Amino acid sequence: MAETKAPVARPLSPHLQIYQPMLTMMMSIVHRITGFGLYFGMLLLAWWFLAAASGPNGYAKFEWFAGSIVGRLVLFGYTWALIHHMLGGIRHLIWDTGHGFGPSEREWLAAANLIGSIAITVLLWILGLLAMGGPR
Amino acid sequence: MTETPAKHIRTPLGRVRGLGAARSGTGHFWRQRLTAVANIPLTIAVVIIIIMLLGRNQAAAAQILGSPLVAIIMLLFIASITTHMKIGMQVIIEDYVHDETTKLVLIMANAFFTIAVALASAYGILKLSFGV
Repeated sequence: MAETKAPVARPLSPHLQIYQPMLTMMMSIVHRITGFGLYFGMLLLAWWFLAAASGPNGYAKFEWFAGSIVGRLVLFGYTWALIHHMLGGIRHLIWDTGHGFGPSEREWLAAANLIGSIAITVLLWILGLLAMGGPR
Repeated sequence: MTETPAKHIRTPLGRVRGLGAARSGTGHFWRQRLTAVANIPLTIAVVIIIIMLLGRNQAAAAQILGSPLVAIIMLLFIASITTHMKIGMQVIIEDYVHDETTKLVLIMANAFFTIAVALASAYGILKLSFGV
């Protein structure tokens, strides 16, 4: 049998750092990063359910975390990541139908994705704080 | 009608199976989109439920989370989201991890994590629903 030659060091195609950042490209990267973050954030939902099922003491621990500065920051980031990933997903579903690939359409969709996610996140937190009876 | 090998390199059996070079067909592609579509209404419903539950004590939260409609929405949400995130994380692992052993370990860890999160969440909801 012929011996296998050591792999030749072939030139690699240019990677991210060679390109000028563009909105569509940044939204694509952010879609993946938010998905990655949401993955681990699901632990919070599991904790919430188990805390509610465990009784008042367990629930108090979860509420303490959720009400702390760090907890609030994490939950705010999580809300934004969730909405951003959802809007990005809708964008992907539009692309799956073969629409939205035009030069102006894809820029418009990317901008709407970002503006929409920030606006909806802020709106949800205003609603949430109102539901809790104002900021505490 | 006979077809020339030049037009179809794949064997007839391979074409019937339709699994392609990755040997898994379009299963992941399709399930990722199926769960993506399901996640949209489910996430909107879950966000509304969470806002409704803000500031309530454990007894109220437990009662609402365990009520049939809310519990079923939560269970559907858990099933759809954990399926979606398992496939998504596998794509990330396959894109960036090139060492074969590390890749296999991470793909296994991904399966363990997503199934554990799904079952833990579902257990909490079912416990509240059945009150045991």
